[in-house]
Amino acid sequence: MSALVKLEDVSKRYGEAIALDSTNLSVESGKTTVLIGPSGCGKSTLLRLIIRLIAPDSGSIELDGKPVTPDNVSALRRRIGYVIQEGGLFPHLTTRANVLLMARHIGKPEEETHNRLLELCELTRFSQNLLARYPLELSGGQRQRVSLMRALMLSPELLLLDEPLGALDPLVRASLQTDLKEIFTRLGQTVLFVTHDLAEAIYFADEIVLMNEGRIVQKGAISDLRKRPADPFVSKFINAQRGIAGV
Amino acid sequence: MNRIRKTGKQERFESGNHESRKPKQFRCFPVSWLPDFLLILSCAPAFLINSCSAADVVVGSKKFTESYVLGEIAKRSLNDAAIPAEHRQGMGGTIILWEALRAGQIDVYPEYTGTIATEILKSASSVSLDQIRNSLEKVGVGMTAPLGFNNTYALVMRRSEAQRLGIRAISDLQKYPDLKIGLTHEFLERQDGWRPLRERYGLPQQNIIGIDHALGYSALANGSIDVKDAYSTDAKIEETDLVVIEDDLQFFPKYEAVFLFRSSTRADAIAALRRLGGTLDETQMIRLNAEAERTKNYARAADLYFNVGGALAPRWSGHSGTSYFSDSFPRKLARWTLRHLQLAGFSLLLSIIVGIPLGIVASRGGAIGHIILGFAGVVQTIPSLALLALLVPLPFFGISIRTAIAALFLYGLLPIVRNTATGLQDIPRALRESAVALGLSPIARLWKIYLPMASRSILSGIKTSAVINIGTATLAALIGAGGLGEPIISGLNLNDHVTILEGAIPAAVLALLVQWCFDMLDRVLIPKGLRI
Repeated sequence: MSALVKLEDVSKRYGEAIALDSTNLSVESGKTTVLIGPSGCGKSTLLRLIIRLIAPDSGSIELDGKPVTPDNVSALRRRIGYVIQEGGLFPHLTTRANVLLMARHIGKPEEETHNRLLELCELTRFSQNLLARYPLELSGGQRQRVSLMRALMLSPELLLLDEPLGALDPLVRASLQTDLKEIFTRLGQTVLFVTHDLAEAIYFADEIVLMNEGRIVQKGAISDLRKRPADPFVSKFINAQRGIAGV
Repeated sequence: MNRIRKTGKQERFESGNHESRKPKQFRCFPVSWLPDFLLILSCAPAFLINSCSAADVVVGSKKFTESYVLGEIAKRSLNDAAIPAEHRQGMGGTIILWEALRAGQIDVYPEYTGTIATEILKSASSVSLDQIRNSLEKVGVGMTAPLGFNNTYALVMRRSEAQRLGIRAISDLQKYPDLKIGLTHEFLERQDGWRPLRERYGLPQQNIIGIDHALGYSALANGSIDVKDAYSTDAKIEETDLVVIEDDLQFFPKYEAVFLFRSSTRADAIAALRRLGGTLDETQMIRLNAEAERTKNYARAADLYFNVGGALAPRWSGHSGTSYFSDSFPRKLARWTLRHLQLAGFSLLLSIIVGIPLGIVASRGGAIGHIILGFAGVVQTIPSLALLALLVPLPFFGISIRTAIAALFLYGLLPIVRNTATGLQDIPRALRESAVALGLSPIARLWKIYLPMASRSILSGIKTSAVINIGTATLAALIGAGGLGEPIISGLNLNDHVTILEGAIPAAVLALLVQWCFDMLDRVLIPKGLRI
């Protein structure tokens, strides 16, 4: 197993508040790693550091063995797909234009991008008839499918998902979970997935990373976390969600 | 600045320099003409408020230098005759003074025979003094004998230029069709103004611009124009070495200065005023005006009169025929409107070209952003007339359409800069970050994402600028740049509401049309996805 993403002693603080304490993490290629923890635990910060929406105060972040720096960040971002809770679709562009935005920007041939678009529609079960619609004309679930297509358009090595299903109602969410998992498997995609929902984490995760107060508390399979909790917070977090998770 | 003149027409020009005096509303200029206009109207009732007085006799005067001086002379003469008198300076224009006299708020004020005939009695300017006196008596108003000078319109040129070309009389102008003529807006429109003058003398000049009186003297001095209208007792004529071109066909009517008084005024006061008849000639009036302009002390200028004693001959004086020719009105309207659109359009284009980039920079905040927004805000607070006045002395600008466009451009800047900055700042953080995370270059982010998303706000800023420019462009006529301000300014000077409306209504309609056009444009320019 090789690490696609590697964080070493990365930290980030906002004034007095520590968003991320000195942290080490490796994301294995081809696996789905789920970051989980209560609100404000630093899991989104970690994602935003990787794609460098924010710069770390200290430590280094490597993608595929190369350090991420301000100089190469633009090129590296094109190798990363990023999906956020609200989808982040641009309201003035149609679905098609949103998905093709980057491909057109870097001048990919139309035919190639068109074929890729049809492929993605099939993959994400998104009707081609809706490609001419604007984001505001789509449902929440449809918007997340479009957002996923946009993220996958350039066949990124890494997919970052920041609570992508957090704003959806339970039925839509369940069907998207199924589809997403199938997509990850089909593509052999390396995924870093942020959620605060334990059931969702268990469903997706090859490895769960539990965070609290800017630190990683424990990582491993759910059985490890349950049977060998690293500290009382782990048990507390798992037990709190037991009813919902049905475990 | 100087203003010395007298008659109804000139009143407007002078108002600027009597800072220390009362009604200075003429030049308290807000951003567009509308507030100016309201202020001007509001000075009409001003005299009604302070109508009670301890003095037995209240002297009024119009809003220009010569009227102030004459008012001071009347007051002094009354005081010398042991009659308590008070002088209310610069109350307004002809109609205001006349109504104040009729209503008894004042008892005396200086007037000009031509003005009385055409503006007050609405008769031909050629009526005799006795006819005027008789008509006035019927309404309880008396008139002194002419004071001794005639303050009428005249055409003036630089002395050197007149000598070079051998121009002595207005008839001589026929030989020089290329002379540039700058005329006050009132003179352009008066019944006894440019049009009939041109017909009478058969003048061929085509190059005629409308220009503010005081600014016209600067334009004459620096050669922007060769001929302008003036008042024959204007102190500027001697000061700046100009020469009056002889009215060889006697076109201009007589504007002999007199005092009007209420017939019910105490007899010794009337007698004192009557003694002033024939005591002030043209040469002396020019001296008094020059002294008043120089010192801004009207009482002191009046002292000169008493030291020297009487005076000789008059030049001419006020008047103010008020009507407005409507010949080929549609053509004039088309010309005004076209020019108006040019002024507003060019300046708006500049505002857009400069304003949007500035707004983009300002949207990033920081010191530079604050400086940009601060600068644009400060420019907006400079009264538009003051901005014009500040630009006129600069080398590149002067009396030209450039100056008007530059001023309008500066006014149009703030709404565009601010709306661009606000529109960009209002884009949700999640969307900004999505654009960054996708790997778009900064330029592509701005061009493909941020600006389209801010388009509604930016367009609404442009719309605001356009409407402001349409309004403010009416002031361009003050510096000869034309537009719908021409009839408005002429009308204000003539106290003629119909003329004002000939400019004001089209300007308002234009503003509405522009607004409507931009509403249409919104549908084209704002991406459909933002209008759902």
